[in-house]
Amino acid sequence: MHTLMQCLWRLRMIGAVLLLAVLAASLAPPSSAAEPDEEIGQAVGTVDADTWRQVKSGENFIDSRHDSTYNLINPSGETWRQIRNEWISPAGLIAIGGMLAILIIFYLVVGRNDLDHERTGRKILRWTALERSLHWTVATLFIALSLTGLNLLYGKFVFRHIFGDVFWANMIMGSKLIHNYAGPVFGILLIVILAKWLKMNLPKKHDWEWFKQGGGMVGDKHPDAGFANAGEKVWFWLLASVGLLVIVSGFVLDFPIFGQTRDNMQWANMFHGVTSLILMTVALGHIYIGTLGTEGAFEGMATGYVDETWAKQHHNLWYEEVKNSAGQPQQSDPPVGDDTATAHRPN
Amino acid sequence: MAQMKFLCDAERCIECNGCVTACKNANETDWGIQRRRVVTLDDGKPSEVSISVACMHCDDAPCMAVCPTDCFYKTDDGIVLHDKDICIGCGYCLYACPFGAPQFPKEEAFGERGKMDKCTFCAGGPAETKEEEYEKYGANRIAEGKLPLCAEMCSTKALLAGDAQTISDIFRQRVVYRGHEDGGWSSVEKAQMSGPDVSANLDEMAYDATRATREG
Ligand code: HEM
Ligand code: SF4
Ligand code: SF4
Repeated sequence: MHTLMQCLWRLRMIGAVLLLAVLAASLAPPSSAAEPDEEIGQAVGTVDADTWRQVKSGENFIDSRHDSTYNLINPSGETWRQIRNEWISPAGLIAIGGMLAILIIFYLVVGRNDLDHERTGRKILRWTALERSLHWTVATLFIALSLTGLNLLYGKFVFRHIFGDVFWANMIMGSKLIHNYAGPVFGILLIVILAKWLKMNLPKKHDWEWFKQGGGMVGDKHPDAGFANAGEKVWFWLLASVGLLVIVSGFVLDFPIFGQTRDNMQWANMFHGVTSLILMTVALGHIYIGTLGTEGAFEGMATGYVDETWAKQHHNLWYEEVKNSAGQPQQSDPPVGDDTATAHRPN
Repeated sequence: MAQMKFLCDAERCIECNGCVTACKNANETDWGIQRRRVVTLDDGKPSEVSISVACMHCDDAPCMAVCPTDCFYKTDDGIVLHDKDICIGCGYCLYACPFGAPQFPKEEAFGERGKMDKCTFCAGGPAETKEEEYEKYGANRIAEGKLPLCAEMCSTKALLAGDAQTISDIFRQRVVYRGHEDGGWSSVEKAQMSGPDVSANLDEMAYDATRATREG
């Protein structure tokens, strides 16, 4: 009953509207009859130079695709292609390759930075279990993201030819999946680590002196350093700046659900490429110094403890403040009971 | 070898979307995927003009150049196709394409887009069997010696498909016939849509496909 009433009402409305339309038509001035040429001129679209300019500008258009915001010609795509393929991708190869070459030459010429004195065997807590697990999780994710990211950028030039289509299809799909899911986890954990290690990485006056002496490479004495030396602080602040840009741009790429335009994605990709390549390049240096480059550094992050001699040589200011807590030789128990190293890094 | 191209004569396109429908029908594309679209500039104004666009099968295709998987290839006919088995749905081809041709069945968190889909010039794509080819890429009319259905169905023959040389010859004839001042780039209006003979001129132009000469 109710719906029938509605139907009737609607019919009556339509009738009224129709009537109005007829009335309006009969009252309106017959412009078309007066100026037929003008009318025809308007009926046929004109394609002129302005039209083609408008095509590029992306203004004033509609599109028969239901949700499309894509203008007819998007010239920025080609620009993005040029920048990514002609600049970012070769520059990344040069940066990473160059860094590898420098490190190899440095290792062959200068060699490992050995301890100047015998180890005393007294161990000092440097990294807590929580810090070590954070570090190694982030490091693992970083390496996974680097390898999969590099595969996205360069893999097609190498692996498809070597392994064939089927293997390549799985390899690149795996890379994309790992990269896209590990990325956000890395992002969150990196921010946690940055917050946790912020205090000990605040710049100090003696850091400047450390730079002037090239971290001990210029001259033969070891420059002053607190818990973190100036080189480590640079790595920290690089992660806190460029690293955050990698995360933000990665996030924009990874979650295309906020209405990003093609131009947004091009920018995000370029930012992501440049910043991640910078990180990867510097990370190689970080990895070298932490493993092959410095005797005793790796065991710190592996076991949590460093030898007294190492602490004295590389982080003398920190050592001065924590030396009294150093454990007895060959002691297996943790020398400090509170399980946090914060007490050991007043600077 | 032929170089296959599309050409849309904007003076003729009447925005009927017949090409869009023909394509959807020929290729049975996924829900939400519309390989061809009609873009209308200045809709509703006297200067309104419409152009049908899909993948233009670029000579130096940006999509091909940026694809991280290298899954695109060019056929001997100059048609740009891609292998959905290798595509990872990263979206790069869409960012690079000047014409917004690549589309994705979805767009979700963690860059989940599914396999890219775009116009194939009705030339199918790489697959083991015909059925698989149709399922993944749609019709392969080229293999049957036919042109893309969109152009075949265009009611005003605004949309042309075929060898670049052939269709540009057709378009050139039209341009010359219409009397543009400087080739296809100028307005017809300037040459013919003013002065006392405007009605006759426009009438003639409307029939330029069927009349052999200006007088005929
Ligand atoms: C150590 C950190 C990272 C490195 C070294 C890295 C490296 C790269 C590289 C080299 C590319 C390829 C760029 C190109 O092809 O032009 C890439 C793409 C991408 N990255 Fe990262 N990235 C990192 C972190 C992240 C994070 C934190 C996220 C997300 C939150 C992320 C998300 C993405 C996405 C979505 C792409 C596009 C690839 C696709 O969707 O298939 N990345 N990354
Ligand atoms: S998808 Fe776009 S860039 Fe690629 S060939 Fe087609 S029109 Fe050109
Ligand atoms: S979406 Fe597919 S076809 Fe497009 S660039 Fe990415 S892998 Fe290549």
